Amino acid sequence: MSTFKSFVKKEVRHILRDRKTLLVLLGMPIVQIILFGFALSNEVKNTVIYVADLAHDEMSASLIQQIDASKYFDVGGVITQTSEADALLRTGKAKVVMVVPTRFSEDLQHQKEVTLQLLTDGTNPNLASTVNTYLSIIVRDFRNRTLGDLKLPMALKVEPRMLYNPQLKGEYTFVPGVIAMVLMIICVLMTSVSIVKEKELGNMELVLVSPTRPHIVILSKAIPYFVLGLILVTVILLMSRFLLHIPIRGNLLLLYGVSALFIITALSLGLVISTITNSQQVAMLISLMGMMLPTIMFGGFMFPIENMPLPMQVISNIIPAKWFYYAINDIMIKGQGFAAVRFDVLILFGFTLLFLFISYKKFNIRLS
Amino acid sequence: MISVSQLSKYYSAKPPVVALDNINLEIEEGELFGLIGPDGAGKTTLFRILTTLMVPDLGKATVMGWDVVNDYDKIRKHIGYMPGRFSLYQDLSVIENLEFYATLFNTTIEENYHLIKPIYEQIAPFKDRRAGALSGGMKQKLALSCALIHKPKVLFLDEPTTGVDVVSRKEFWQMLEGLKKEGITILVSTPYMDEASMCDRIALIHEGKILQVAPPHQIAASSSANLWEVRSEKIYTALQLLDGYEGIQGVFPFGDCLHVQLTDPTVDGTFIAAWLQRAGLIDATVKQIQPGIEDVFLMQLSSSQKHQAS
Repeated sequence: MSTFKSFVKKEVRHILRDRKTLLVLLGMPIVQIILFGFALSNEVKNTVIYVADLAHDEMSASLIQQIDASKYFDVGGVITQTSEADALLRTGKAKVVMVVPTRFSEDLQHQKEVTLQLLTDGTNPNLASTVNTYLSIIVRDFRNRTLGDLKLPMALKVEPRMLYNPQLKGEYTFVPGVIAMVLMIICVLMTSVSIVKEKELGNMELVLVSPTRPHIVILSKAIPYFVLGLILVTVILLMSRFLLHIPIRGNLLLLYGVSALFIITALSLGLVISTITNSQQVAMLISLMGMMLPTIMFGGFMFPIENMPLPMQVISNIIPAKWFYYAINDIMIKGQGFAAVRFDVLILFGFTLLFLFISYKKFNIRLS
Repeated sequence: MISVSQLSKYYSAKPPVVALDNINLEIEEGELFGLIGPDGAGKTTLFRILTTLMVPDLGKATVMGWDVVNDYDKIRKHIGYMPGRFSLYQDLSVIENLEFYATLFNTTIEENYHLIKPIYEQIAPFKDRRAGALSGGMKQKLALSCALIHKPKVLFLDEPTTGVDVVSRKEFWQMLEGLKKEGITILVSTPYMDEASMCDRIALIHEGKILQVAPPHQIAASSSANLWEVRSEKIYTALQLLDGYEGIQGVFPFGDCLHVQLTDPTVDGTFIAAWLQRAGLIDATVKQIQPGIEDVFLMQLSSSQKHQAS
């Protein structure tokens, strides 16, 4: 058996025997996906809507009924004056108020342009935009059903208006963000800690006093975590596809290719950290504070980078997770091909080479 | 086999710590050489330089003719090293550790089994136990097996018996005797003076300096010190009374007695007993003794300290 194989085997044993850590590693993405997924699906269901029915005619009643019948909305009540809407939204009784104008059926039947006003609680942008979309669909459905046979040009329009947060940002799908975050934690934190652990416990002292070359030590550390990273990507993708019903639009092979590249980037970053510190605690602190926080803040999946001041936008460019998030978002959510992500891939590739170069140069063939 | 000349090593601190101060040492092939000194004497630093883990600041050292700085990769193929701290993988079993260290040196357990057999046989019943769950003596045997698995030409053992029970210590030195017969050069360090007598030659080391290099029996015999053992129930009072007394070179506590070195090598020490009895220690007895290695070490230490102070 070659030295390399024996190193990898040893590394796999270390991982498998540390049951608690392994449980955390595998449990973390599952918990995160369930949390995000559950939060998303729970809130859009049964949203309380109030209708300011100024028309009070047959058609408005039918529309209210249709909204109430959908699983997304519960009609909390019908009000007669728009002035009541403000209080309802402010107290949180209503998440959205729809204003049906006077002479609703009349105008519709006379092919006049009819506008429904939506007053939405914009404090939760994701929820607000989802609610708007769903309501628009229901209204369009209603129009088609009641006026469909008349083959009229679009006569009924929804005019959404966001309150409290007028510059509403689009909805983000958390799955690519979770993938970026999980890979960052596992690959950076675990590799750096596992190498520094050997230094701290003196194992490295013995390994160094042997004919084994440094790159074998480095590579053997990376391989098991590379496989673990791919397993985690698979777990996350399976869960998001079958539990959250988020379609994976792009090429699966491309998705895995980019993920594999990012895992290697993160692993080499972990190696760099392990070469500059000698204690597990410091390695953990650097990995968590120095890597995790910027990843969350500048990764693009929590806070949109376009909204940041220019210096922050510049800083965000040195965060590998940002490029990975862009690429995977394009592939998974937008369904784009390699051409769209080749720039991100190139940058990740550059980061990887840089990190590998630094860790190879800094790997100490001696103690301190 | 091992040659050290004018070797110095400093650790950066304020003020800089002198770990090794101008050390010279020659160790012959096939020798069992002991490095004897208290904690902090510089033993581990010397080991780390010789095992190519550290670079000296001044001077030169060679192992098997190779320079420890430039030819480190050649040296690493032919030496076995057992650090002072247990450095095997605690979460791997005994046999897994041994297998790992065998492949680390591109060899197999079978190839050199004859070498480790007498040692490994004792821990073989526990070969599936994790190394972290072994007792101190068994850990030490496993570490020695791992250091030997590639049949090294030189073996470096840094305080191998520290924290090990008396029986295991004795067994361990018997094992070293066996390895010596295989022609392996062994450099071993220990803070225990009683183990010094098992070595072919020893070096007394203190505060980064080598005080003396000689075969253990010679070190003891070479001393012409006039040494008297003092016994009394009130040993501490005796120590206080005798310390600094005219005509007394040094007083060294030795367990339940005192060793008193007289300045004049020809004087009869019985006057000490009479003097102590007059001072109130009526049970005080004295007898002349032959200096042991520990006595020599302590005497040299105190004289070098006095030399420094003056």
